Parts: sequence; structure tokens; C-alpha cells
Amino acid sequence: MGARNPVTWLGTPAFPKAAHEALADPQLRRNLRKATTTIRTKRAGVVAELDDWERLRAAGEAIKDDVLANLDHYLLRLEESVIARGGVVHWARDAEEANRIVLDLVREQGADEVVKVKSMATAEIGLNEALEAGGVRAVETDLAELIVQLGNDRPSHILVPAIHRNRAEIRDIFGGRMAEQPASDEPRDLAEAARRHLRRKFLSTKVAISGANFAVAGTGSVVVVESEGNGRMCLTLPETLITVMGIEKLVPTWQDLEVFLQLLPRSSTAERMNPYTSIWSGVTPGDGPANFHLVLLDNGRTATLADEVGRQALRCIRCSACLNVCPVYERTGGQAYGSVYPGPIGAILAPQLAGDLHDEQAASLPYASSLCGACYEVCPVRINIPEVLTHLRAEVVEAKGRRTPEALAMAAAAWVFADPKRYERAQKAGALTRYLARDGRISRLPWPGSKWTDARDFPAVPKESFRAWWRRNRG
Amino acid sequence: MASAREEILARIRGAGRPSPVAVPRDYERARTVPDPVGLLAERVADYQAVVHTVGEKALPGRIAGCLAERGASTMVVPADVPPSWRVEGVRWRPDDPPLQLSELDIVDGVLTGCAVAIAETGTIVLDAARAQGRRMLSLVPDYHLCVVRADQVVVSVPEALARLEPTRPLTFISGPSATSDIEFDRVEGVHGPRTLEVLIAR
Ligand code: SF4
Repeated sequence: MGARNPVTWLGTPAFPKAAHEALADPQLRRNLRKATTTIRTKRAGVVAELDDWERLRAAGEAIKDDVLANLDHYLLRLEESVIARGGVVHWARDAEEANRIVLDLVREQGADEVVKVKSMATAEIGLNEALEAGGVRAVETDLAELIVQLGNDRPSHILVPAIHRNRAEIRDIFGGRMAEQPASDEPRDLAEAARRHLRRKFLSTKVAISGANFAVAGTGSVVVVESEGNGRMCLTLPETLITVMGIEKLVPTWQDLEVFLQLLPRSSTAERMNPYTSIWSGVTPGDGPANFHLVLLDNGRTATLADEVGRQALRCIRCSACLNVCPVYERTGGQAYGSVYPGPIGAILAPQLAGDLHDEQAASLPYASSLCGACYEVCPVRINIPEVLTHLRAEVVEAKGRRTPEALAMAAAAWVFADPKRYERAQKAGALTRYLARDGRISRLPWPGSKWTDARDFPAVPKESFRAWWRRNRG
Repeated sequence: MASAREEILARIRGAGRPSPVAVPRDYERARTVPDPVGLLAERVADYQAVVHTVGEKALPGRIAGCLAERGASTMVVPADVPPSWRVEGVRWRPDDPPLQLSELDIVDGVLTGCAVAIAETGTIVLDAARAQGRRMLSLVPDYHLCVVRADQVVVSVPEALARLEPTRPLTFISGPSATSDIEFDRVEGVHGPRTLEVLIAR
């Protein structure tokens, strides 16, 4: 206990500096702009198909609030249901404990390699690194995770961790690491290369590790939502399945899934339904893994629950819609956030899970926003992200003092992000470097920022302006 | 020292409980459309799956036609599919006794029924019960031919969940295996069956 929470990456600079580095990379910005523009348009289309979308959002919000209000009760129900169906339930206070549980389970099976389905929870706890340190190779099987893993890279998006890579870059990464070269940089050929690369592993590996999108307390049903079929492979072929799940991923009843199975696919991949959803409950003799282990992970969630304003972040279903509409995310990319949770949700979730606002990097995340409110509008569970950001900024100020150099640098970054004109000007002039980046210290901002750096006070942030600009320019 | 379980439960109880909430269920649980089967056909086709609507009597002939067109000569089937589906001219491999993974990997395809189909989202749900078999049967072969009966079609997601047994192993299938991981562009065909063909019998 007491180890550092790996939810934020050790050694990444605070957001203003990291963002500046990302801004200097035009290829990254092009890749992101193309991808997020596509997905925004598609999402709007499939959401408009459902007349009751707003009512579904309200129901999603309420169901998750009910979960948070009765979390102990529902967790015990889930435990009971999973055990009754032949599964084993483990509890983990933090990343270290969860990693140890998983490593022990893998060793018990005598395995030195595991296949993995993309999972935010296991990324959050740094499971792959922990397994590797214990002599177990973790093979990521989701296409985007595979791109990140083979490229020795870090993720930049919740749903599509390699969104910062375009097809040509992906071909080069695959070409360098796969026995058979991809035929071209067409997505179809790249997908084919991944299929060939992983096929043997799926058919022979004895242990799989997954996350969970939902788990139904009353029935013990665990849900994994995916596209490629790598999830189905991992969930049905190996002998042993280990699922690591944040304690907030619960829903109380089977009926509640009818809300989330509508909200999630339309919000995340902008589809009426994702290609594959698997639901299982404990062990089914003769069909799928003979051993099922469910690891329930706290890792900062109970501390987040204790914050009256911040706890709404625990409603998150990791759809990534808030990333795709965020003007700051689109410009800086996900890696600048220094956490597996980038974008608006990352800006409120990562610092809370890390639980240390004295950590400069974690403390800088609530400033990674223009407070434009687009994230709140698209969030399928109505998390008021701007409200939590403002609340966390106040806590940072309280923890650090308003006038420390870091606090000022972060406030300055927030000020620049709050207005697109200021932002473009700062960027053109290289002002982000000059004013924000050096050791996270701030010298003087150009007028009218200078008024503020002189007065050392928070400027009035024009909350609506970025959004208005965004709408006008980007539809 | 308290166990992790006790400690996490204690932290939750000490966190200050959010006030209880009532869940509004005023969203639409059932929807009516003039032609659910037609809508299903259209929405499944949107995912680049091949869809045919046939009369019940013409079903075996159509199964034979699909397999001939694809050149599929060895097919896996759950042992309990209706005998009329196992048409002449094809080498059928019933999953009884259970087939090895390596056998599933070399056949031309699999023929199954389903439990429920959701018209609005173009989704077919398998629950491993009659005519569907173990989950891996519809996963490992590269071609999945799936028969949906008209009385299995519902319009909305809530209607489908109400028909399903939550503790069975369930697979929701919406089109062939796909990915949006490269530039958010959807391409069909990664690890699951790359071709999904659906026969809707009415
Ligand atoms: S905060 Fe809302 S929009 Fe963002 S990922 Fe979570 S659920 Fe989706």
C-alpha cells in the first residue's frame, strides 16, 4: 500500500508543457482532426434516430446514481450472483493489489503468456508492466491496442488508443514487428495482417484477461462490448478468464442494460449497435472458460465517491464521446494528458483517482479545458464535466496556494484555452512556449493577459465564446 | 488487518452516501414499426451483411443456394438444428461430440439459428440454446449463415432483453466482425467471421 497510483504516467510533464509539445506536431493534429470530425458527424446521425435519447440519458444518469448511492449493497449482490454461478470474486484496494491477484492467478495456471481484451481498468493499473515484471507476456488483441503495443507507444484515446496514428504509420509499425508484412496501408489489409498475427494465439492461449463494460448485480451477468471479435475469442476460447472491473461498473438489474446498450454504441463508435456484445454469468459447463475470476477494483474510486461534486465522474461508461467533441483534445491529442484517461473525462477522473493534488501533473489536468460545455452536452450519463473541473480547480488552488508558479502556469493555460483567438494567437507567436512551457513557469502573457499576470488574479473567462466559435467553424 | 473486501466496503460506507434516486423509465420500451422484418433486413444489410427474406417452405432450398454460391462444402452445425436445414450436397459436421478447435478452424462455415433479433439495430442474439450451440461455433469459422424466424424479431433493445435469460451465455451480433480503429473508418473483417449471411424466414 501507499505505492503511487499508475493512473497517471510517471515522468510526464504537466499539461501546459505536454500540450505545447503536442501542438508542435502537425501530423498528430491532422490525424486527430480527421478522425474526430468523422465520428462527430456519425454520432449526431445515430443519436437523432432515437426520439427518446434525452430520456435515455436521464435514465442512464439515475441508474448510475442509484448504483453509487447503494454501492456496498450492489457489490455484495454481484459477488453472491457470480459465486452462485461458479465464479470466484476477488477484491483489490489498489493497483498493486489487483496486479498481484492477477499475476498469482496466471501463475496458478502455469501460463507465461496471456491474451487480453482492451480494458481501461487494466491499463489504469499498469497490469501489462506488472505481468511482464513477473515473467508473463500480455498480448493485446484489440487492433488499436496492438498498434500501441507494437509501436512501444502510449494510448491517446479511450476507445481508439492509436487514434493519433494514420494508416501509413500503422503499416510501418506492423511491417517492423510482424512476420508477414501487411499488403498495403489500406485499413482492410492492416486488419487482415492483425488477424493473421493473432490467430494462433487465440487458438492456443490458456488464460485471457478482460475488463467489463457492465456487470448486473442481480444476475451476475458480465458484459463486454466490442467490434472485432477479439473479445469473443478471449472470452470463450481459453480455459481461464480473469476479468478486472472497477467497482462502479455495476448496474442493479438486467433491465437496466436496456438503457446502456442503447446509449453506449451510439455514443462511442456512433453505431446503432457495435458488432459484438458478449454477456456471461459465472461458468457455463461445456461452453467457454472452465474458470472465471472477477477482480473488483477500488484504486481511488471510493475516495472519488466521497467527493460530493466529483463523484459524478464515476457514472462514466467510457464511451469517449466527450473526447471526440473537445476542442482542446483535438488540438493537443490524448498523450498530453499524461494518463490512460485523456480528454474531458480524464481531466476530472485521473486527478481524482490519483488522489494527489500536490502532484503537479495530476493537479494540472483540471486546467486542460476551455469550459465550453460540449462534453456535458454529449455525455450519455450527463456528467457535468465543467462543474467538476471548476470544483477541482478550486481544490488545486486550496492545496497549492494560488500564487505558486505552477498554479499560475496552469491558470494561464486555462486562460489561453478559454478563447480560440487567444489560443491561435498564442500558438502562432509561439507564445505557449514563451509564456507557459519553461519549467511550467510563467513570465508574462501578451496583452490583455499581461493585465492578469500583473494583477495575479483570475481573469473572467468568457465561458460561451469557444463553444460559439466551435459551432460556427466546425458545425 | 482487514481484508480488502472489508476495507473497500467500509470506505464506501464512510464516503457519505449520495441521496437515493428514482430511475425515470419514461423512455420507449417498445416501439411499433409497420414492417419489423423489413426493417431488420435493411439494418442488417447496413452492416455489410448479406440478407435474404424467404418463405418458410423455401428455406432449405435457399440454404443450399447460399452454400453453393459461396462454394462452402464442409459446414459445422449445432446437433439440434432442424433436420431440413442440413441439405444434400454438403458435408455437415454436427457438434456432437464437441468438435476440436482445430476442426472449427478449417471448415468452410457454420449454420445456426438464433434466439432473438432486434430490427431497429440490425442485431441477432444467440443464447446457446436450440439450434445455436456453443459460443465458439459461431466465432471460429470465417462464414456464419444464420436463420432468423419472423416470430423471433422484435423492434427495440428493451423488447429483446425482456425475452432473454440473463444467465445464459449471450452473444449479440450486429454485422460481420469490424473495426473502426484506423482513422475511425469502419472496415469489416477482423477476428470474428468475416462474412455474415442472414436468412429471415417468414
Ligand atoms: S464522461 Fe461521459 S462522454 Fe465522456 S467517456 Fe464518460 S460517459 Fe462518455
